[in-house]
Amino acid sequence: MNSSVGNSARLLWAGLRALLVLTLVCGVIYPLAVTGVAQGLMPGRANGSEVSANGKVVGSELIGQRYDLPLKKGQETAAPDLKWFQPRPSNGLGTNSVNTQYSLILSGATNRSGDNEELIDWVTTAKAAVVKDNSVPGHPVSPSQVPADAVTSSASGLDPDISPAYADLQVNRVAARNHLDTAQVRKLVDQHTDGRILGFVGEPRVNVLQLNIALRGLVNGTGTR
Amino acid sequence: MSPVLAGVLQVLALVVALGLAYRPLGDYMAGVYSSAKHLRVEKWMYKAIGAHPNTQMRWPAYLRGVLAFSAVSVLFLYLLQRLQGSLPGSLGFASIDPDQAFNTAASFVANTNWQSYYGEQAMGHVVQTGGLAVQNFVSAAVGIAVAVALVRGFAATRTGELGNFWADLVRGTVRILLPIAVIGALVLVACGAIQNFSGIHEVGQFTGGSQQWNGGAVASQEVIKELGTNGGGYFNANSAHPFENPNGLSNLFEIFLILVIPFALTRTFGRMVGSLKQGYAILATMGVIWLGFTALMMWTEFAHHGPAFEIAGGAMEGKENRFGVGGSSIFAVATTLTSTGAVNSFHSSFTGLGGGITMLGMQLGEIAPGGTGSGLYGMLIMAVIAVFIAGLMVGRTPEYLGKKIGTREIKLAACYILITPALVLCFTAVAMALPTPGNSMTNSGAHGFSEILYAYTSGANNNGSAFAGLNADTQWFNTTIGLAMLLGRFLPMVFVLALAGSLAEQRPVPATVGTLGTHKPLFSGLLVATIMIIAGLTYFPALALGPLAEGLAS
Repeated sequence: MNSSVGNSARLLWAGLRALLVLTLVCGVIYPLAVTGVAQGLMPGRANGSEVSANGKVVGSELIGQRYDLPLKKGQETAAPDLKWFQPRPSNGLGTNSVNTQYSLILSGATNRSGDNEELIDWVTTAKAAVVKDNSVPGHPVSPSQVPADAVTSSASGLDPDISPAYADLQVNRVAARNHLDTAQVRKLVDQHTDGRILGFVGEPRVNVLQLNIALRGLVNGTGTR
Repeated sequence: MSPVLAGVLQVLALVVALGLAYRPLGDYMAGVYSSAKHLRVEKWMYKAIGAHPNTQMRWPAYLRGVLAFSAVSVLFLYLLQRLQGSLPGSLGFASIDPDQAFNTAASFVANTNWQSYYGEQAMGHVVQTGGLAVQNFVSAAVGIAVAVALVRGFAATRTGELGNFWADLVRGTVRILLPIAVIGALVLVACGAIQNFSGIHEVGQFTGGSQQWNGGAVASQEVIKELGTNGGGYFNANSAHPFENPNGLSNLFEIFLILVIPFALTRTFGRMVGSLKQGYAILATMGVIWLGFTALMMWTEFAHHGPAFEIAGGAMEGKENRFGVGGSSIFAVATTLTSTGAVNSFHSSFTGLGGGITMLGMQLGEIAPGGTGSGLYGMLIMAVIAVFIAGLMVGRTPEYLGKKIGTREIKLAACYILITPALVLCFTAVAMALPTPGNSMTNSGAHGFSEILYAYTSGANNNGSAFAGLNADTQWFNTTIGLAMLLGRFLPMVFVLALAGSLAEQRPVPATVGTLGTHKPLFSGLLVATIMIIAGLTYFPALALGPLAEGLAS
């Protein structure tokens, strides 16, 4: 009996030493080495692909933002600022419930199923809003023109992109609100549409932050070059 | 190009890439586990452990090594989380509560990576990098070690020897996982994944004001999370978060990482038992199921049945634009047919049938191609069952790879395949019968039941993905899913190693004309049928109440 207790203790001691050694290799040396190389070779990407406009950081190319009007008194959710291209809905985003000394964004999806009443309601409401917001005199939008990504929440809630179809749908509205020529705005969208990588990987998309930065340039008359 | 065609081309690109990696990686791994030489760094590590890497172990000794290492790992990871509040480098995050710390420790050691916490608000640099990511490496290395021990059991002749656990653990980590992880992490950074040790910092916004961001060693954790089929995300949104999976190319690369070791291990297996064709038969079985599931998933997701998706005009809820329906479907199948559980889209918002496919993928036992190591040993157990069934048909003692499958062997294999379903179905039934667990559901009706069935399926099969509407951070779920993960990981390993020991003591019998050709397409077909029938008979009633009911209603 004593020897079996002794054996078990020896074995657990070996297990602990193995864990500590492997922690040193995989949990200290490896991440530090990778960080060193990444920071040396690709600091911009390793630090979050931040985008600057007029000398100020305005976000990350990879992280979606909201483009809303300031919250008015009594309002629970801010209304979209229709001057700017609008991103996808993000009903799954949350705020931190622990470590509340910070105000963190919690990435996430709605996790609602296709037959969930709340989701059906969200999609229906979003569709009506997209149709209403984007119809301008002479250019009505029909519900069948609204692409799926415009009315559904993404997986992370931080999707930085919209589909080219949703960007096109917003061109008339954005041009009207900013008193710009539609053709100019359409050209801007075309310039900011990324195709599939190598022609078949991923999906075509438009980065909303980059597009809105270019749009602001156009509005302020600094041009798009 | 239509999205469907682009999706199909991405699958083809994966097949080509996996095909190119198959031979070199499979042969390399066979060399790693057969070589008599030790690297200098390995010798130093053996000294620190106090292990003698050349000592051969019989199955009880090998098993004791696995269990001792894993037990220490659970305890260490538990304490690390409990002490987080006092550890430097933890962003000032508080310690994790006992039930959640237990759940998380069990989860990462069991190669499951079920997460009842939100990564970005709960886990600081030290726990993520020094605790969770380390288990991503070593739990995968343990999985490969057990698979290799079983393969040695088939290859051995009356020795009963299965190799040395400490040597297998160290070699798998140092020679296989680490080199691929270093290169892969840099590829991910090049795509845009972050890799820094910044604290939580303010970043300006377009409309003014600022938002708070986490920094972190994300790329280095992301790569091993996929490569080791672990799946625990740095952020709550997992591989859907742009900092973990920035574009279509990183997405395809991550799917490749998930699949590459499990598939290539069939070559390692063929090499080590002295017949590459035996490995090809197993590979074909895995490949057929994987491609079949991928095709079904793409079909149902592109067809987008379900009231909300029909109104929206596509199943884009819970999916990212840069991956689209195609890239999301391929990822969902790869992650649930292996023990990964990383997600780039949220399975709960898949179509009813799509959600069912993810669940069935796990319920097959995650063997097509399965987790790192666990996929191969799970599939070899199925092969043992298949030769047993074939033997019953013709009335002769079945053999596999020259080893007789007698009463003892078949009992061990049967125990293996019974454990996980027993855990899944019993825990689900109890949770449904109790009054409170149901309060955690987000959706009602058939989908609500699916949330709980999915949770235990994912836990007991060591997957870790979720129908994430379920609020799993309750004492009940933290405790029961924690137990399901530990039992679902280590009990099967007991039977695998016992089987390996039993096989290793046998003298191989020469093949005769009556021997079943287990290297032929006929056997692959039999194996696919066996897998489907066993999983089907076990889980059909439960699936009928959940995803099938939902899918047929829409």
